[in-house]
Amino acid sequence: MSHPKATRPYKYSLAERLYLPLLAGLWITLKHFLRNVFRRGRSYTIQYPEERRNYSHRFRGHHILTARPDGSLRCVACFLCATACPAECITIEAGEHPDVNIEKYPVVYDIDMLRCVFCGYCVDACPEEAIIMSNNYDMAYFSRDQSIATKEELSKPYTYDASKLGYRPRYPEEEAQRAAIREGVVDLVGEARKRHHGGSEAKAS
Amino acid sequence: MPLLEKYPPDSVVPVAGLDQPTWIVHRDSLKELAAELQADSASGFDLLLDLCGADFPGRPDRFEAIYHLYSVERKERLRLKVPVPEDDPVLPSLAGIWKAANWFEREAFDMFGLRFEGHKNLRRILTHEAFEGHPLRKDYDAARRWILTEDKVYRPQPRPDDGESDDDMFEQMTINIGPSHPAMHGTFRVVAHLDGEVITASEVEIGYLHRCFEKMAETHTWQQVIPYTDRLNYCSSFINNVGYCRAVESLLGVEAPPKAVWARTILSEFSRIMDHCVCNGSTLVDAGALTNFWYFFQPREEIYGLLEACSGARLTVSYCRIGGLAEDLPPDFEAHCRRLLEMIPGFMDDIERLVNKNRIWLDRSVGVAAISGEEAVNWGWTGPCLRASGVANDVRRDHPYDLYDTVDWNVPVLPGGDVYDRYRVRMLEIRESLKIIRQLLDRGMPEGPHIIDDPHIALPPKEDAYNQMEAMIYHFKLIMDGIQVPAGEVYSMVEGANGELGFYAISDGSGKPYRLKVRPPCFPIMSTFSDLIRGGTVSDAVVSLGGLNVIAGELER
Repeated sequence: MSHPKATRPYKYSLAERLYLPLLAGLWITLKHFLRNVFRRGRSYTIQYPEERRNYSHRFRGHHILTARPDGSLRCVACFLCATACPAECITIEAGEHPDVNIEKYPVVYDIDMLRCVFCGYCVDACPEEAIIMSNNYDMAYFSRDQSIATKEELSKPYTYDASKLGYRPRYPEEEAQRAAIREGVVDLVGEARKRHHGGSEAKAS
Repeated sequence: MPLLEKYPPDSVVPVAGLDQPTWIVHRDSLKELAAELQADSASGFDLLLDLCGADFPGRPDRFEAIYHLYSVERKERLRLKVPVPEDDPVLPSLAGIWKAANWFEREAFDMFGLRFEGHKNLRRILTHEAFEGHPLRKDYDAARRWILTEDKVYRPQPRPDDGESDDDMFEQMTINIGPSHPAMHGTFRVVAHLDGEVITASEVEIGYLHRCFEKMAETHTWQQVIPYTDRLNYCSSFINNVGYCRAVESLLGVEAPPKAVWARTILSEFSRIMDHCVCNGSTLVDAGALTNFWYFFQPREEIYGLLEACSGARLTVSYCRIGGLAEDLPPDFEAHCRRLLEMIPGFMDDIERLVNKNRIWLDRSVGVAAISGEEAVNWGWTGPCLRASGVANDVRRDHPYDLYDTVDWNVPVLPGGDVYDRYRVRMLEIRESLKIIRQLLDRGMPEGPHIIDDPHIALPPKEDAYNQMEAMIYHFKLIMDGIQVPAGEVYSMVEGANGELGFYAISDGSGKPYRLKVRPPCFPIMSTFSDLIRGGTVSDAVVSLGGLNVIAGELER
């Protein structure tokens, strides 16, 4: 196949031959420029990291391991999340829990953040609501070792901050229902959710 | 069919009861039959959609080469299956009949070790030169790794093959563009032989982003493949989700509820707009028009906002599930869509006023890398690139799925076949997509669930899983064993942003895909690239690559 440069000769009008449409183009870019100069507050650029995009509460970010009221992890090391994980990034080692009603707890619970694809399948799989996601998306590491989030890192208390919660199970009757289902358990997620509705829900999309 | 009568009864055997007409063809008759199918005006299967291998270790003829043919004129499909024995895996090359077969045959050789007799350049295409074995064979260990060392790297030496003596007045040189080069949109490598500034021959190397999606699919359950499909054409990942889920749904014989179908159609069109924004934006950047890039990326950013509000991720959405959607739509979904509908046309107007009549852009794009309709079909093109060559071929119109047959829209077709018309077709398609979305929004969101109510396919609601024994068991079963898809095979297609995106799935009834072949729309398009740029300048090559919308994630899987 030769290079058919002249398959369809384009008929330039006189204006096009004189590059006149470029002036219209200049006018458009000038309009955008002026708009950005005089409406700085509404310009489209976000001054990251000082300013951040307001993500929804479904955002699939860094994982959180939730805890019971006594502070122990809610995880019962059932391995469902590790089974559901398409990236095979979750490592769990189970240990025997002193409370016979709970049976097991994770001695080791690591997530390799460099392997993780943030699909949220672990959250879908968890039968205990022990793993949820935050909306923290800036994860940067100096070495590969640092990228493995351990049990301790995943359950840092600060991540329960309501405004930082991301993808987690949702219910049709979202709010009050949840507390009624799991009576007697201080529900950190629900708690966070309640606090959240008092505060910043209005601006959430 | 009269065509079949010419062949000995054993050599072409039609198979009944599959999703599309299928013939099992003996390899000795293949070439003759293919030539006849391609040329015969009554049958006229002018488009070779896909060619893939499959491995069935238990059978007497272990391998199978599977051809998917399409008639653009009659909109009919045909599947040819050619059994190939293990000890002599040879079959005739069809690259002389359909040029699209060229790269597809190389891929089948690479993945299964099928040898295509008469192929001029049967080298590995997706894996590297130090790779041993054929990864998609069932006895190949998926965890195997191979290291490519410097001394084994293939060094392309493209020479003009037309025999014309090179003009000694001009300096001849070979330059290497890519794989890490801003003009190579992804990681392709083009080695071009230049006469002055004109490309006289070139060789395209791909495979730098190959991660063997198809092998990974075989080691994961049907649901677990969904996040991987995001990474095919990552500019419009939602369409990949839909394509894959529709394939599995048709194997299962289920349909997503109306609400999910409605949302899938709307979000697919938004994804298409986004993809066209990226493609046109980066093509114009390649031609030096940077401003448009910002105007394209602003609506794109907002569409990402919509997808994120639905799914929780911007790029890799994974929002579809087999049988519906992962989550219910957010409460402000319709308002969000309406806001986008108001916002997008303004930007498109600005871009069209900036560029459409801009002589600099016209000089760079009109007549550049032009290809005729017949030629493009022979090379296996589909999608906007083919429509820019004057062939009205669109899966949404020809084989309607979801809600496309219930809305009023047009398939934009332009005759030029060059970079300019590819750009224009995409701009027109953005308007058509907006039209589709507007009509669907006016119709209103259908009531009902977002995913089918079948505990064998969809996870039960969380509160049931916590509180009801039965739901809990289903929850565990579904995650431990996956969806049990009945044995069978299906080729299911959707219109991706750059052409027909097909998923050919074979299930053997276990919880995992037995074989999953993606028909990547940009694979045949990229295989044309070397021919497309011959005779043009290096700068033409750069502009034409942008206009083809080749996405490495999908090209190399």
